[in-house]
Amino acid sequence: MDFQVVVLAGGFSKTLVPLVSKEVPKVLLPVANRPVLSYVLELLEQNDLRKLVKVVEGESAALLISSWISSTFVDRLQVEVTAVPEDVGTAGALRAIDHRLTAKDILVLSGDLVSEIPPGAVAAAHRRHDAAVTAMLCSVPVSGPSESGSSGAKDKTKKAGRYNIVGLDPTKQFLLHIAAGAEMDKDIRVQKSILRAAGQMEIRADLMDAHMYAFKRSVLQEVLNQKENFQSLRRDVLPYLVRTQLRSELFLNGAQSDENGSGMDAVQNSKVLLSQLLANASTPSFHEMYALDSAESAPISRKTHKCCVYIANKSKYCARLNSIQAFSDINRDIVGDASHISGYNFSNHNNIIHPSAVLGSKTTVGPHCMVGEGSQMGDKCSVKKSVIGRHCRIGSNVKIVNSVVMNHVSIGDGCSIQGSIICSNVQLQERAVLKDCQVGASFVVTAGSEYKGESLAKKEKQ
Amino acid sequence: MDPRRVPRTVIDPKVRHVGFITAPDRSNSGPPDPIPSSPRASDFSPSGNSLSPVMIPPPRHLSTDLSRHFPHPPPPHSPLRGPRAVEYSIPAGSYNPSEFLSPSATTEFSEDPLSPRSGRKGSSGKFASSLPAGGFEMALAKQNNGEVHKEKKVAGEKPLKEKTTKAERRAMQEAQRAAKAAAKGEGGNAGVNSTNTVKSVKAVPQRKDNSPLAAPSEKKGGQPDKDKKKDAPHPRMQFDDENRVEKAKKRSVVKQTESRNRVELFRHLPQYEHGTRLPDLESKFFQLNSVHPAVYKVGMQYLAGNISGGNNRCMAMLQAFQESIKDYSTPPEKALIRDLTAKINSYVSFLIECRPLSMSMGNAIRLLKTRIAKLPLSLSEAEAKASLVSDIDRFISEKIMLADKVIVKQAVTKIRDGDVLLTYASSSAVEMILLHAHELGKQFRVVIVDSRPKLEGQKLLRRLVQKGISCTYTHINAVSYVMHEVTRVFLGASSILSNGTVYSRVGSACVAMVANQFRVPVLICCEAYKFHERVQLDSICSNELGDPDAISNVPGRKDINYLDGWSNSENLRPLNLMYDATPSDYVSVIITDYGMIPPTSVPVIVREYGREYLWV
Repeated sequence: MDFQVVVLAGGFSKTLVPLVSKEVPKVLLPVANRPVLSYVLELLEQNDLRKLVKVVEGESAALLISSWISSTFVDRLQVEVTAVPEDVGTAGALRAIDHRLTAKDILVLSGDLVSEIPPGAVAAAHRRHDAAVTAMLCSVPVSGPSESGSSGAKDKTKKAGRYNIVGLDPTKQFLLHIAAGAEMDKDIRVQKSILRAAGQMEIRADLMDAHMYAFKRSVLQEVLNQKENFQSLRRDVLPYLVRTQLRSELFLNGAQSDENGSGMDAVQNSKVLLSQLLANASTPSFHEMYALDSAESAPISRKTHKCCVYIANKSKYCARLNSIQAFSDINRDIVGDASHISGYNFSNHNNIIHPSAVLGSKTTVGPHCMVGEGSQMGDKCSVKKSVIGRHCRIGSNVKIVNSVVMNHVSIGDGCSIQGSIICSNVQLQERAVLKDCQVGASFVVTAGSEYKGESLAKKEKQ
Repeated sequence: MDPRRVPRTVIDPKVRHVGFITAPDRSNSGPPDPIPSSPRASDFSPSGNSLSPVMIPPPRHLSTDLSRHFPHPPPPHSPLRGPRAVEYSIPAGSYNPSEFLSPSATTEFSEDPLSPRSGRKGSSGKFASSLPAGGFEMALAKQNNGEVHKEKKVAGEKPLKEKTTKAERRAMQEAQRAAKAAAKGEGGNAGVNSTNTVKSVKAVPQRKDNSPLAAPSEKKGGQPDKDKKKDAPHPRMQFDDENRVEKAKKRSVVKQTESRNRVELFRHLPQYEHGTRLPDLESKFFQLNSVHPAVYKVGMQYLAGNISGGNNRCMAMLQAFQESIKDYSTPPEKALIRDLTAKINSYVSFLIECRPLSMSMGNAIRLLKTRIAKLPLSLSEAEAKASLVSDIDRFISEKIMLADKVIVKQAVTKIRDGDVLLTYASSSAVEMILLHAHELGKQFRVVIVDSRPKLEGQKLLRRLVQKGISCTYTHINAVSYVMHEVTRVFLGASSILSNGTVYSRVGSACVAMVANQFRVPVLICCEAYKFHERVQLDSICSNELGDPDAISNVPGRKDINYLDGWSNSENLRPLNLMYDATPSDYVSVIITDYGMIPPTSVPVIVREYGREYLWV
């Protein structure tokens, strides 16, 4: 289908400290005991997209990721992992692999996407409209009812509430305006020309940019080359394309190459007539209307390009792992509501307990839980809505609610963990009480300590 | 009376069966009128309407006349018209006089249009009483319902029956041949026969090639294969045949859920739940590797309705095929001719799943396929591809672009200063004519008649007004009022069938009928590549069903929601037809790239020039 897929795997996201570390780049964070990247790769595999280009920030992360991919997807996918220097941003990353892009259209995905929306749908919408860029928007996941009801979680949702302001045309197929969350509190400026051409604009704040884009290659390359200072696809490139859709400065090359591609040796005149005929028949989008109107007054018809949008169905799961809150939300959803994505078979009790896991007497594991391979639990433990990784040793009388416990964690007797994330190799001594905390890798929580809404990490890490 | 009536039945195009014509027919119960004979005679005089040589050529009349001399006992029809047409031809015969109404009106202004009608009633009275009335009324009239069902059932079974008989016939023939060969074999070939049976393993490949001895058994084995081939989605698949629908579903790429509440009379046409198909097709984007991206894009555009209009759909399809041919490379150990034909076939069936093909597209596909089949074997792959690509280009430029130019040039001569021209919906050819006439400085006004739900006329209106043509815009409800001032009606067509029937956007027939009633000449502008040899008597047997929701929802009017949530009601069967058939009686002239012709001359073009496509 002449599409090339680029997965942007990022590096160590700052928003996810202390979960990420040198050993664990963002895309390898476990979601239901699988790296989050595997969800994207499996989605692509399901859609017969087996040739990927992967861009990772930072050499060491690239090494980690490529070794993980080669061990897991060795015969299933053809993945080229490319490392780019850190802090070049998504646009910079694409700039770095410019020479690799050859197909007509490029599908760019973020490696931290957990979704079941077929990328084909985005690609198809893109093709159908012959758009310059198509972005997928999904409805903002309602952060699940945090059982702990803690203030900390609430604060975080508020902080994370960087809504995108999205303007759509009445048919909900074109993007008229997009403002990333950072510019949220300023007033919104909408271009009059776009508004006039489209006639009507629907402004929505309940949509989230899922960071799955289809770009026309010529457009993408041109923008990246012309605008050296563009760093991010989401914050720079996409808004730029949306802004300039009615006075497109690009694509001069693109259009030419297209014409050469179709290579019609018919008379120029008839070609113009033909394209006009075709244009007359197809339901004109406002772009064409605009170009047509202008053709009347100005001798040179204005160039336009289309920015399409694919709005994912609400019933489909789609989330990005880009914050700590999102991390625990996704973990909960994957073993809970959106369990069909996980690829695991759930038991009758709606949970997954690996056969090699050992549970003590009177220990209960509730629904929407997962206990990984080789984990041991003492007596009278209770686990609710939590994910426990591999080879954890958990003492007796431990309560784990709404939490994520990664691998090789040892938890002493009588601990209570609520709404927290415990990274690998953490040691919790007896009677530690954690509520809404994040504990970085290899941290040791001393016996009897109590923490609430804190993020704990080893000092020497930095 | 009888002798008079017979010839009349002949002249009339056989389209009468369409609902709107039968209506006046029924209401008229006057006594047989002897007058009708006179209009017939005048038919042949060139004193007819005016516009151009609208004449019904005598030869056709005669020949049909002869064949029709026994229209009263229906059986003789069947050999002439094939089994499927029979049910239609019978009522047509009986109703014929009514059809006459329109020709008389167009040719003879003085003639009272009522008289032929009443005459018809008398002549056909015996039949009419036993026959169900026209299509639409049938559905309404309860007592007739049974009859309709019966008729429908027959229609559904017919093709099947025909098939089996063919198969049987073949089997019988094979058996006979085998018997003959066996008899011969007794003498000379006995040896072969015995070896065959002994070394059955070795003989298997041989048998297929030459030995007719094994034919009977072999054929039986082969039969299912052949049947399978026949099952391939035929453009005119009958969708009330459940078996075939099941099979087609298994093959199809696009998931198609058929909507449940379909109008009984249109059961044989495919109707799918709209809305579910596009997302489904989109989500399969990367799995459909067999379909070339260009073809896929066009298919999606059909499905989403982004491309409409006969010429444009055809051109878009041809250009997509062109792209796919350019990217094509013959797989090893395969012949380009066969493999490419198979490829094109698969593309075509994909496109059909997205939206039924129009007849013009069928013609274009046929051309392409013959071009592929006729490629000289000596050509290299690159040369073959180049020649196909240029063939497609030539088809587009000659049969569509150039044809449009010729049509425009001719049609413009029919526009005089002070004319009020009426057009319906949006036709690319008509638009070009109007624009060209405007460029020539002719003073005229345009009335654009439009209809829901597509409102295609608005786009045309926008473009015409932009060019400074004064327009009137109205909906089809008002056509009878607006027709008073109109001097010409220009209509486009999706296809013109060889009995002169114009197959066009639904509503055109209505406009043409009203125009005819007001003695306004109706000019159909249609490129000759859209002509088709098929004969269709009504708009029921072949049509396209649009999205039924489109007619129940009024965009932008949230307050009109009376039908919301009613789509699942048992008793509601929405019908959104896309096309209708305008009987040739209402058509004064057809403007094509071969000149201005009367509807009766369509078969000539189909016969004389139809083959030309294949040799271009």
